[in-house]
Amino acid sequence: MKRKEADKNTCDGLLKKEMRVRPIQHGTVIDHITAGQALNVLKILGISGTTTAVVSVAMNVPSAVLERKDIVKIEDRELKEQEVDRVSLIAPDATINIIRDFEVIDKHRVELPEQLEGVMKCDNPNCISNTSEPVISKFTVNKKPVELRCIYCDHVISQGIAEHLI
Amino acid sequence: MLRHIISMKDFSRDEIDIILKRAKDFEPIARGQKSSLLSGKILATLFYEPSTRTRLSFETAMKRLGGEVIDLGSIEKSSVAKGETLADTIRVIGNYADAIVLRHPREGAARMAAQFSNVPILNAGDGAGHHPTQTLLDLYTIMRESSLLNLRIAIVGDLKYGRTVHSLAYALSMYHADMTLISPKQLQMPDVIKKDLKKQGASISETTNIEDVLGDIEVLYVTRIQKERFPDPAEYQKVAGIYRVTEELLKKARNNLIIMHPLPRLDEIDPAVDRTKYARYFEQSFYGVPVRMALLAMAMELA
Repeated sequence: MKRKEADKNTCDGLLKKEMRVRPIQHGTVIDHITAGQALNVLKILGISGTTTAVVSVAMNVPSAVLERKDIVKIEDRELKEQEVDRVSLIAPDATINIIRDFEVIDKHRVELPEQLEGVMKCDNPNCISNTSEPVISKFTVNKKPVELRCIYCDHVISQGIAEHLI
Repeated sequence: MLRHIISMKDFSRDEIDIILKRAKDFEPIARGQKSSLLSGKILATLFYEPSTRTRLSFETAMKRLGGEVIDLGSIEKSSVAKGETLADTIRVIGNYADAIVLRHPREGAARMAAQFSNVPILNAGDGAGHHPTQTLLDLYTIMRESSLLNLRIAIVGDLKYGRTVHSLAYALSMYHADMTLISPKQLQMPDVIKKDLKKQGASISETTNIEDVLGDIEVLYVTRIQKERFPDPAEYQKVAGIYRVTEELLKKARNNLIIMHPLPRLDEIDPAVDRTKYARYFEQSFYGVPVRMALLAMAMELA
């Protein structure tokens, strides 16, 4: 009974439409991910097979806004803004819902950060960041259109961004 | 704060003007007048790629200012051959010297070196990336031999791989120069660089033929088509020797035209042109000394 009430008041929009994956009690729901990008979203968040968290992935779910979308739910982990903002590289329409006790306590859209560190690989093979030197890749971000400029070699990545994820 | 010299993008127009003015003050010293400005200072030169004029003009500049130079020597005999990272080499050499001049085959090497260095890094070329000291000496040559005001300049040759021209075009856009880029189609300036220049407000046009513009420019900047930058030797063969500046061609030139070249040249400027009033490339190579003096002074006086 308690549970039902929670459903009614809270992550209602999400839950009603998406009973394919059960609602979560605590954690983060990333909604409105560009269809087909859910696995890249996990990659960009550093969630791999070794993660112990319960992770649910729904792909190509019908959506009023996007026609098709992906959804990722991560239980018992509240992702921080700077962690999720990088998601916007591959899923600019994604929304982040932080859930506590089945309630959405925070909801916001992802926003591209000014700088990206260690997320992408520079696609200039001759860049110093692609060597055994002790440096991590770093890019300055142009938002519209999305362009990443390597701070080391000035090379610009504007297409196939998901392919450059580390 | 350390003043590294990595890319022209790190300089404002005002800063460039200050450096050019300072270089002018150093010219008598570059010609042999005694100075002890950098006496007691040590410059380390780390050249991971061959260089003649850049290395020697840095050494000359340092020595004529009363300073000393230490040298990494041949890469094969150094710790680099043992697999030491650039980051480690820089941290070690930074304990010996007051500034480091670095040339490296990888793009971004100087920017990275600056992160690890406790002394100023002067970028003397990073792969196909930046070569700011060359650009500054090019600007200085134009200032001394022509004028940076209302300048109309044509840049000829390899505009795709040539690192000097990217930096130069960027700097010239700060002076609102009217630039014509002359190259075969396959060696045109990359779009991303043209886009950057246009964002800066640069005025750029493109052509494949020198004669088209020769009567309308004050500076003809000729570059070598660099074999070593071509991933495919067949691509190089297609364009090698495509441009050649001759006395005959120069009949169409304005009276006050000057011809520049970062050197070394192959056959893009006929040796007969050396004797004409237009040639300035040997003066240009001399100007590397006062300009590098200004940069060394700027880097080391603060250190």
